[in-house]
Amino acid sequence: MAEVAVSPQRNAISRLWNDKESRSVIIQIITISLVFAFLAYIIHNAVVNLQAIGKGFSYNFLWQPSSYDINQHLIEYNSRSTHFRAMLVGILNTILVAICGIVLASIVGFVLGVLRLSKNWIVNRLAYCYIEYVRNVPVLLHILLVHGLIVHAFPVPRQAISIGDLTFMTNRGIFSPKPLYEPLFLVVVVLFLLGLAFMWWFRRYAQKVQDETGQHYPVFWIGLGAIVGVPLVSFFLLGSPITWDVPELKGFNFTGGMVVRPEFIALLLALSLYTAAFIGEIVRAGILGVYYGQTEASYALGINRGRSLSLVVIPQALRIIVPPLTSQYLNLMKNSSLAVAIGYMDIVATIGGISLNQTGREMECMIIVLALYLVMSLIISMIMNWYNKRIKLVER
Amino acid sequence: MLKSLKIAVMTVALSVAGFSANAATLDDVQARGELNCVVTTGLAGFAAPDENGRWDGFDVEFCRAVAAAVLGDSEKVKFVPSTGKTRFTLLNSGEGDILFRNTTETMSRDADLKLTFLPINYYDGQGFLIRKAMGINSASELDGASVCIQTGTTTELNLADYFRANGMSYEPVNIETNEEGIANYSGNRCDLYTTDASGLASTRAALDDPSAHVILPEIISKEPLGGAVRHGDDQWADIGKWVVNAIINAEELGVSSANVGELCAAAGNNPSINRLCGTEGDAGSWIGLDSNWAVRVIEQVGNYGEIFERHIGPNTPLALERGLNAQWTDGGILYAAPIR
Repeated sequence: MAEVAVSPQRNAISRLWNDKESRSVIIQIITISLVFAFLAYIIHNAVVNLQAIGKGFSYNFLWQPSSYDINQHLIEYNSRSTHFRAMLVGILNTILVAICGIVLASIVGFVLGVLRLSKNWIVNRLAYCYIEYVRNVPVLLHILLVHGLIVHAFPVPRQAISIGDLTFMTNRGIFSPKPLYEPLFLVVVVLFLLGLAFMWWFRRYAQKVQDETGQHYPVFWIGLGAIVGVPLVSFFLLGSPITWDVPELKGFNFTGGMVVRPEFIALLLALSLYTAAFIGEIVRAGILGVYYGQTEASYALGINRGRSLSLVVIPQALRIIVPPLTSQYLNLMKNSSLAVAIGYMDIVATIGGISLNQTGREMECMIIVLALYLVMSLIISMIMNWYNKRIKLVER
Repeated sequence: MLKSLKIAVMTVALSVAGFSANAATLDDVQARGELNCVVTTGLAGFAAPDENGRWDGFDVEFCRAVAAAVLGDSEKVKFVPSTGKTRFTLLNSGEGDILFRNTTETMSRDADLKLTFLPINYYDGQGFLIRKAMGINSASELDGASVCIQTGTTTELNLADYFRANGMSYEPVNIETNEEGIANYSGNRCDLYTTDASGLASTRAALDDPSAHVILPEIISKEPLGGAVRHGDDQWADIGKWVVNAIINAEELGVSSANVGELCAAAGNNPSINRLCGTEGDAGSWIGLDSNWAVRVIEQVGNYGEIFERHIGPNTPLALERGLNAQWTDGGILYAAPIR
């Protein structure tokens, strides 16, 4: 380098190379072309190798009958449906467990985080032990453990635990009555939606009034009346336009009604309780991250404990909590792919499992699975980033 | 920075050179001195490691037979355990040279998955395992049952077809591995466990109380089980094919591991035996091997009857009858093409 620098006749290339900025541009260009060349090579290689053994690349199999059955399907499905529909069933099952898991993990996680900060020694230590145990055992073991517990602890259908002869708990699932809606029920639904719309408007109105006059409206109670009360009253006034399909024991299993399968329960509990341990620590960090002087200041202003938490501490803690929380949500969604171990029919088990194996289209199916997880992760990230932006400190 | 660039360039160059064509499997195996054989992750009687960690079983013997023919030593096998889902990928990607894994020959696997099937070495069919206490005697009484299945097999397709054709409903519980499937069945998550009848016998033998479970009489599908190799290497496929045929023919001709040395010492009066022994004709050279290939197979592994008796026959925990798998001369359908 030094030699080049002292040489009086530097050509254009070495001048470009010795300029810090242009050098970094050159290196970036080279790196990017190498990365793409490598990717192109890998893809080319895969295509050539597939062709060498006579397997073309095609998605036509998606429109063939799948020929297998799936026990939990949120949309109409049977063994004559296409592989594409089997994939949709898998996607919906993954989304279902991911959403339920995220909600449950958040609730349990926040409670754990608060308990971990409790001044009560026993509560504090219990939360600590729980978090340390759960965090340090692989999630696959949790899933197998919870599933094993459900299968072995609950009775077989013929000895089902009956709750008022309406709901039955068995190791094949929890069977409960299924509502069958009559046309009049639509009125109740419409009233409920109107209630939601009213509440949305009323909260803003109440906020405005409070900002202008300092006057408080009992927003919560009015909301409860609008969203729950009015539809409930109308429901009974219309003569309860719902009939119930009650499950009954027939042969091997219960038929009729709704069923929640043990695979779903096991996966949901294992995933959310596992993720909750991480969220608990994130919440604790978030709350401890808010300077205690803030709390004292709000007490000094005469704001009570509950309101100082919700108005002063939590909004600031959220800023610390939300970014790592996003990763936990993503982890939970991705960990749901372990479902195949206990037979929960998610994306990996349907299109990435049985369909793949029956059609022999490894490449095509794996591309679908990758793309689906990527899309779902990006959607979660997008929502969380939007939320993060909304709550971040507005600097004036 | 320059250094890391250099490394990147080298990595790319290396990976370009890394892939080679997959034509002559025989040469690859002989150069390696070891046969990579794809087997199940563990199915007692067919392929499972014994207490010393040595792989043993009906399918395993066929792997060993191929190694004996190709490498001269039945111990020179590396077993590649696979689930129902990964087996064909392992074979097609070159991780395994040959597959013996209770695999049903079907048209789609043969033609669409690009496999070449070797002769059938076990005629099987899908059945149901159920608790005696349920009081069910026939597969026609199974409406509404929960059924545990190992995913990635022909089993789940047969099951869907069978229940649909008979207008019955059922709840499938698709489990990744055989072990987890059995755990779910014995935990009473399912009323039934279904797989090939031979697999059911193996499963039943491994349960806590085998006598509390019965295999229903109905067989709902044809499951011709055989080995397989990937498309594109006919010589290698021929080796696999004729090793299996030699094992079956040896039983038919009365050649066993006990008398092979004596019968094959010199050409005798039975030309069929002479051709098997390589004392007449040059069958070995047709598949790229020496003339003693079949003698080594029978010496080190035995004939079909010996393999059957040793691992899955009436005197083993699986207690399977020969049934369809008897020689055609004994009322079965085992009928190997002649070596000539």
